[in-house]
Amino acid sequence: MSAATLGFRHRFNYLLAPKVVFGIAVIALLIAAAIFAPWIAPHDPARQDLMRAMTAPQWGGPHLLGTDHVGRDLLSRIIYGSRISLAIGVAVVLVSGAVGIFLGVISGYFGGRTDSLIQKMLEVFWAFPPLLLAIAIVAFLGQGLGIIIIALASQRWIPYCRLARAEAMALRDREFVVAARSLGASPARILTRHILPNIVPSMVVVGTFAMATAIISEASLSFLGLGVPPTIPTWGSMLADSRAYISTSWWMALFPGLAIFITVLAINLVGDALRSHFDPKLKNI
Amino acid sequence: MTETAPSPLISLRDLQVTFGLIPEPVVKSFDLDIARGEVVALVGESGSGKSVTAKSIMRLVEFSGARIASGEAWLYDNHGGRTDLFRLNQNEMRSIRGSRISMIFQDPMTSLNPVLTIGFQLREAVLRHATMSKADADRICLEALRQVRISEPEQRLKQYPHELSGGMRQRVMIAMALALKPDLLIADEPTTALDVTVQAEILALLKTIQRETGMSVLFITHDMGVVAEIADRVVVMLRGDRVETGDVRTIFEAPTHDYTRALLAAAPKLGAGADAAPAFEPVTDDAPVLEVDSLVVRYPVRKGLLQRVAANVHAVEDVSFKVHRRETLAIVGESGCGKSTTAKALMNLIEPTSGAIRLHGRDIASLTAAQMMAARADIQMIFQDPYASLNPRMTVEQIIAEPLEIHQRGDAASRRAQVTELIERVGLPIAAAKRYPHNFSGGQRQRICIARALALRPSVIIADEPVSALDVSIQAQILALIEEIQRDFDVGILFISHDMAVVEKVSDRIAVMHLGEIVEIGPRDAVLRDPRHAYTRQLLDAVPVAHPALRKARQMEARAMMSPIRPLGADHPTSPMREVSHQHFVRADA
Repeated sequence: MSAATLGFRHRFNYLLAPKVVFGIAVIALLIAAAIFAPWIAPHDPARQDLMRAMTAPQWGGPHLLGTDHVGRDLLSRIIYGSRISLAIGVAVVLVSGAVGIFLGVISGYFGGRTDSLIQKMLEVFWAFPPLLLAIAIVAFLGQGLGIIIIALASQRWIPYCRLARAEAMALRDREFVVAARSLGASPARILTRHILPNIVPSMVVVGTFAMATAIISEASLSFLGLGVPPTIPTWGSMLADSRAYISTSWWMALFPGLAIFITVLAINLVGDALRSHFDPKLKNI
Repeated sequence: MTETAPSPLISLRDLQVTFGLIPEPVVKSFDLDIARGEVVALVGESGSGKSVTAKSIMRLVEFSGARIASGEAWLYDNHGGRTDLFRLNQNEMRSIRGSRISMIFQDPMTSLNPVLTIGFQLREAVLRHATMSKADADRICLEALRQVRISEPEQRLKQYPHELSGGMRQRVMIAMALALKPDLLIADEPTTALDVTVQAEILALLKTIQRETGMSVLFITHDMGVVAEIADRVVVMLRGDRVETGDVRTIFEAPTHDYTRALLAAAPKLGAGADAAPAFEPVTDDAPVLEVDSLVVRYPVRKGLLQRVAANVHAVEDVSFKVHRRETLAIVGESGCGKSTTAKALMNLIEPTSGAIRLHGRDIASLTAAQMMAARADIQMIFQDPYASLNPRMTVEQIIAEPLEIHQRGDAASRRAQVTELIERVGLPIAAAKRYPHNFSGGQRQRICIARALALRPSVIIADEPVSALDVSIQAQILALIEEIQRDFDVGILFISHDMAVVEKVSDRIAVMHLGEIVEIGPRDAVLRDPRHAYTRQLLDAVPVAHPALRKARQMEARAMMSPIRPLGADHPTSPMREVSHQHFVRADA
């Protein structure tokens, strides 16, 4: 009894570690900013005001974080930019997770020819340099949110697939799976009822890290001018804009960069916490 | 054994060990004295803190997150001096480990490094404590291997762990522990992972070496039979407390504590069931529910780049038996004898090479897919490890309902009603339905497995070592439950086990398997009282005695490992079975 409540408190403490609180707080702030952007952004992110171009950040002034080369408010653009980062992060995690887990579980559970076929395909995808493949996809299919998501998911399913395969292989011979098989359960039933629920924790961990890298890659694509259409503000395209003015207007590069950095850091911190949380070796302490 | 005023070797005073943040100590003010040349058995069920105590003496608990909260551990040397082990730092402790106190562990398969030779690992253990030339170290290693009676010790030094059998590996572990002639050997369940004949060899060996060298042994075990075989003195542990201590004979003849009495009563003893008639008569006059005819299972061994089949594992050869309604047929044998493979073939989890399996007289190989589904429902299995055989992410209700769902029996409401009934039938509270397996103990989990096996009302249940992962006191309850459901549900049971005492308790008939063949099969009493095959006799002889007064001299030599791998195309000549008495058949090579 006392051990049980203690275990619970122990787990609770875990999530209250300062770095995890920081991570969760930043992610919560990001979600809030994305949803309530029209209400909290001080200016219209697209409104240009050449008279006020490249205003330096000023505490108490109309532009807290300054303006860019055509006089758009940086704070408002960063707030609106979080929408794209978040949408892309979540969508890429869902798409790559669905593909990767599906292929991985099938590969690991059935083994043999199915397995080697899927693994060969995986190796082909893996052979491309990550950003290059994404650039090629965008270059061929054109710009657009859906295409960006496909481009970014094109290699991010691989870690899911590898881990799901390894876990399915280990679970395949566990007695409870053998028990289900001896009852006459179909492969589909075994996969959905017995294998999938048992690999969810590790997939959640892979997902958080995939989300962090997806946000960085989206910024990279936008930086290269291959991101979403230029009218939509994103952190990456803001960085791209700052390139020419970096020596005179440091704020144009600093604040979008900081937004990317803090977001990715927060997601990684939460991912780390989840990983420790699901680590079976830490379970019985 | 009974010198006057034996000189002490180690005395543990007021040991308290705590884990992590849990305030309740795992070991509570525990005292233990071991004299020179004494064999002390530390007995208790899982979780009683016996291993933690042993690891505290070695100061190894600190590596697994525990803390020695208080206590003293005085280690006496030959000159009357003494050291408190708990005051030493880990550096000083390292010089004591291996040279003055050594430890051997339960699983010889994992305690040796698979990528290093036996010789390298032995020499490393020696050189860690003594500065000497490699040649001298090798000489000591060779001597240690001779001491543990390993055949061809020079050859063994060059071999890798996988080339040796489990018994041989445990001998190597013992040699490693003994190489520097420690004063105290701590043996943590050293025979639990071994087959019964190998266990007998290892126990005899430990006893002999102990007598030859005069060292002390702290023997940790849960098995009262092993205690009866080897101990001079017994300490009984329960939830971190010492409940009783005394001379081994006193403990066996006049235990004072209730728990000790319960442990002794629960320990399955071979011969105890001699007069006990089966609780009810099996129905043997009508047709058998399960009939196995000349079953053969061979696995290919693939080798090389092209994965060519290089040899075959002859896992099951010419196995035939029948199981009737309400009858329990036990298959006994040691690991690798093919008993689990037979079970898998019966469950249609692997394809037999040849032979027929008939369920209610119908060969299952001839069934259509739909008929096969129905046949599956008729034959169910209880697995060995109740921790591994339940999906940790399903509730008990979902687990027990799964067979009903797969076979589409009834609607959701009727399934729920059946599940509730089954949960009650196996003696679990109804509240269990909504909980997950990790909330239950091993015995309770095995009850869940039994309920799952019963859900489809099968006519045959295969129980593959259903109690070997459980503590003895729980074993008895689960065996009683299996007998009850056999009567109530009218099923035939195929009971697979390596434990002769358990088999004696539950079976009506016994089949003894060795290297894939049934070497002897017959009514329980005929096989146990009048064993005709040499291997059956060997098995029975290896079972630990029930009382220290019955100790006998045993053979200590390691037997050669017999392999069931045969070259391609090798046929498997089996000698015919002959009937020695009513329904009692023995392979003619006996």
